[in-house]
Amino acid sequence: MLAYLVKRVFQAVAVMFVISLIGFAIQDNLGDPLRELLGQSVSEEVRQELREELGLNDSFVIQYTRFLGKALQGDLGTSYFFKEPALDVILKKLPATLELVLGATFIIVGFSVPLGVYTAIRPNTILSRIIMGLSIVGISVPVFLTAILMIYVFAVGYGWFPSFGRGDLVHVFGYWETNFATLDGWSHIFLPSLALASIMLPLFIRLIRSEMMEVLQSEYVKYARAKGIWPWRIYFVHALKNTLLPVITVGGVQIGTMVAYTILTETVFQWPGMGFMFLEAVNRVDTPLIVAYLIVVGFIFVVTNTIVDLIYGLVNPMVNLARMGA
Amino acid sequence: MTLLSVRDLTVKFATRDSSVTALNRISFDLAKGERLGIVGESGAGKSITGFSLMNLLSRPGFIDNGTILFQGDDIVKMSESQMRSIRGNQMAMIFQDPMVTLNPVLTIGQQMVETLRAHRKLSQKEAEQIAIVKLREVYIPSPEDRLGQYPHELSGGMRQRIVIAIALLLDPQLIIADEPTTALDVTIQADIMELLLELCQSNKVGLILITHDLGVVSQMTERTLVMYAGKIIEAGRTREIINDPQHPYTQGLINALPQQTQPGNPLKQIPGNMPSLAAIPNGCAFNPRCEYALDHCRTTAPEIVQYAHVEVACHEVSRLHSDKSEERSA
Repeated sequence: MLAYLVKRVFQAVAVMFVISLIGFAIQDNLGDPLRELLGQSVSEEVRQELREELGLNDSFVIQYTRFLGKALQGDLGTSYFFKEPALDVILKKLPATLELVLGATFIIVGFSVPLGVYTAIRPNTILSRIIMGLSIVGISVPVFLTAILMIYVFAVGYGWFPSFGRGDLVHVFGYWETNFATLDGWSHIFLPSLALASIMLPLFIRLIRSEMMEVLQSEYVKYARAKGIWPWRIYFVHALKNTLLPVITVGGVQIGTMVAYTILTETVFQWPGMGFMFLEAVNRVDTPLIVAYLIVVGFIFVVTNTIVDLIYGLVNPMVNLARMGA
Repeated sequence: MTLLSVRDLTVKFATRDSSVTALNRISFDLAKGERLGIVGESGAGKSITGFSLMNLLSRPGFIDNGTILFQGDDIVKMSESQMRSIRGNQMAMIFQDPMVTLNPVLTIGQQMVETLRAHRKLSQKEAEQIAIVKLREVYIPSPEDRLGQYPHELSGGMRQRIVIAIALLLDPQLIIADEPTTALDVTIQADIMELLLELCQSNKVGLILITHDLGVVSQMTERTLVMYAGKIIEAGRTREIINDPQHPYTQGLINALPQQTQPGNPLKQIPGNMPSLAAIPNGCAFNPRCEYALDHCRTTAPEIVQYAHVEVACHEVSRLHSDKSEERSA
């Protein structure tokens, strides 16, 4: 187990190294930082001086090494716009985004398993056909459109939910303020979470359904029936456990993808998270912030995937983590 | 006493616009504790017979007609919940490939205990005790430790022993074994068969052994059914069928055994293939491959009738028999 963990951490470090390289290459090629720092009315000599001072005339390798050294100490540069360390800016926005992802994950997990199982067990009922039909619509319609439609119907039309912002927050610790402590917070996070879930939920329903249908055809399910096991036990113990193995793997990747989708959702709902921040940073050519965002998102990806692989090893008895490390 | 009585069992598979007949009016009986072999080529309907007895045909297969009286009750008419209480309890099944029969994500213990608790009110502890006793009966070493293991940690032979132990858990009246050793190593096949025979005899359990191996049938069973294209074509005492087969198909099967051929000579095959269920020839289904076939064999299907010591479905059985006696006397 420990050996496997160490191996996975090494892999994660390698991936982060590549991400940092890509991130830095972007920074190096995206606009001129001096223009953002100094504006137009400064002479060329002063510019050159500052260029030298900031080390912008050094070779790529030296600049990258310097960047990496600082990054390892948690310094991802200073945002041109906020005049604050880029990492701090992101960490302040991170809780909002993570809560949004958490809300969407709740919706996805809560609905995909029962609906996926139901449509697999009773594929020919009208309800199953409706669910499958809607899931196609959900996958096909882009998130920003779903989000705008939701605002139009539920916020503007019926007025059931607020259309933007996070509402009443309760401070937990550090930069973390939560939506989940007040009713107002819940009502603010509901629509954005639903919009964010709108693509992943149908995807997972379909994934669980097709996996489950395949598992229900297997010999061991037939055998369980031949043993006279109660049907609900066959569905939820024999079949579901085998169904969820591949779903867990896909799920890990999709959580990372969902963080990326927050850019759209947060923009439509004016949600003060890091996706919204990223889009603003792009508009302002705030390169250090863009790079820091890429690195933080890459980090979230790597961490969730590592955790998911570990969970998979624990759930699937055929994966022996102790042996895999050797 | 009759344990199982099958009459005119007909199974069909629904196709897009009609259906094909997979079992055509099968009838046989099984006495309590009797061991019956069902032999035939792949696709003859052996496995379908086994699954029909459990009422476990998967779609698009369905029982079209006939009765299956098990201890006097008709399985065909039973509700799903009545049937559930019989499966695994009074009638158990051993599947072909132990590598895919056991659920890979549940421990041996879980899969044994759930079977017991599906049919009897037992605590976890009590069920585990019974499981250990049964594992010991199939000669599994240190059965206590096996309960916590997953199927993939055990060999194929060991897994099939566990499947046999599960079949015996609730002391059933009948075990249906569908080619229980086909997927196993040759060296282990004999062990498993011997074990199955020993347990059936000592527990007085009825056995229906589905196989294509005539050697196995001759060792394991008292009576044999030979199936061809969804029909029983010959039935009787195993010894008589093996020693003096009446139907040309059964004769062909036995002549095709490697033991019947001098080493170095090619094996004697039956020419042609079994017809697909969708294209069964008119008359006797075997007629295109039969060297004795006459015109009426191509038009009318033979009924199964008593002949010599066995029942056989062949128009020309008497001619065949006299030919053979002439051969012998010549």
